[in-house]
Amino acid sequence: MRRWLLPALLLAALIGAWQVAASTGAVADALHLDPILVPSPAEVAEALWENRSLLAENAWVTLQEIVLGFLLGLALGLGVGFLLRPFETLRLAAYPLMVASQAIPILVFAPILVVWFDYGIGPKLAVVALVCFFPIAVATADGLRAVDPEAIKMMRTLDASRAQLLWRLEAPTSLPFVFSGAKIGATFAPIGAVFGEWVGAESGLGHLILQDNALLNTSRLFAAAFLLAAIALSLYGLIALTERRVVTWR
Amino acid sequence: MPAKAKEFGASAALPSLKRYDGVGLSIRGVAHSYGELRTIEELDLEAPANGVLGLVGPSGCGKSTLLELIAGLQEPLSGRIEIGDAGDGSGRLAHCALMPQRDLLLPWLSAIDNAALALRNRGTRRGSARREAAELFARFGLSGFEQAKPAELSGGMRQRVAFLRTLVAGKPVLALDEPFASLDAITRAEMQSWLAEALDADPRTVVLVTHDVEEALYLCDRVAVLSARPARIVEELSAPAARAPDRDEAVTDPEFVTARERALHALREGMR
Repeated sequence: MRRWLLPALLLAALIGAWQVAASTGAVADALHLDPILVPSPAEVAEALWENRSLLAENAWVTLQEIVLGFLLGLALGLGVGFLLRPFETLRLAAYPLMVASQAIPILVFAPILVVWFDYGIGPKLAVVALVCFFPIAVATADGLRAVDPEAIKMMRTLDASRAQLLWRLEAPTSLPFVFSGAKIGATFAPIGAVFGEWVGAESGLGHLILQDNALLNTSRLFAAAFLLAAIALSLYGLIALTERRVVTWR
Repeated sequence: MPAKAKEFGASAALPSLKRYDGVGLSIRGVAHSYGELRTIEELDLEAPANGVLGLVGPSGCGKSTLLELIAGLQEPLSGRIEIGDAGDGSGRLAHCALMPQRDLLLPWLSAIDNAALALRNRGTRRGSARREAAELFARFGLSGFEQAKPAELSGGMRQRVAFLRTLVAGKPVLALDEPFASLDAITRAEMQSWLAEALDADPRTVVLVTHDVEEALYLCDRVAVLSARPARIVEELSAPAARAPDRDEAVTDPEFVTARERALHALREGMR
């Protein structure tokens, strides 16, 4: 109860403070801005309601980019992570590069991906999949190697084949790691989708945000950002919930 | 004997499982080293079929390595280890099941599925594997804990499940690596009685590694005291009352006490 109540109260207080600060024009005055550029939560809610079909349309586009891109990155990450387990030489070659690649801001490649994959959903999926791929692949590779060597010996004397070792021992051991990687991927995915849209798109929340920025339509901009945050939180929450149901031993 | 040990003890009333004819173990001139580090020096040891051989020695003397050699997980540098007529690593692996020091139960599986691992690895269907393991749960006082996850079991219970997992593998030789080292003194004494009963009910050839002289002399037929690394045999003793029904009485018997003192003396010799 307290775990939920206290953050909820703080959030309500912050929104209330923003409401007062925005509607009295205090923020706009302090920043020497036109008050229209600082929408209050009530105005954002109003924009959310009035533009509901437009926002829903664009949110649907972005949601697809995020979810499909994430699933693509997850599949590739798991695939590569599992592939590196039996091939030690390959792992020794690829793993350092995979870790190093996480330091690269992959988003800067979004423009070239648009050139390669054309407009439409292609380049967005590529960006999202790419930003999800690396943390998941690295986490999977780490998780599969986190097995206690004593447990491997024990399983071998219990007649486990290499495939059974992977399936019965290493794969379950890796699950908590995989979920950690997936959660990192899930936090990157919305950023990837928005970046993909900023480079070139005709629809999507990122596209709408860019448009509203140019039009100084700040209340709708905030409404789109709010939806984006809701999608990101839902995706993360869904993964965390799945983890709680699957990884019951931690 | 503590009351609790009886409560969990092996029940003699239940029908016995299939008996193993048993195979003997012979170790001749076995030496081993890790790189430059000599771990085992020219060992000769024997265990008859269904005999229980104890290996006692100081920590880090190469006891666990010796168990891995016996179990076929490694090949010795020189010498020969035979289980029955199997001399090579894969042959020994087929004849020997290892119970590691920590129980290493898989936390995502229930107790029964942990115990049935070897059957599942050999392709037995889940249902029949569980039925076969459940029989042993009943026989060895674990009824009612089949569905428990390892995290829900006490240390002693976890060791019991780990032992059953080794037993269910159906191998004639069991290699037990300090199976009770992690338990408190009372649970440990209970588990020793329990294992004694279990081995009498379901005899196997056993190699038991421990650093506890009393445990070795109570559970084993013969005990080899090993020296500090590189391991060699300092002394071999016959246990005066192997797996006697009343543990507390057995370990206070003068003959047992004499044997224990001899073993401890040999252990001290070997550490020099």
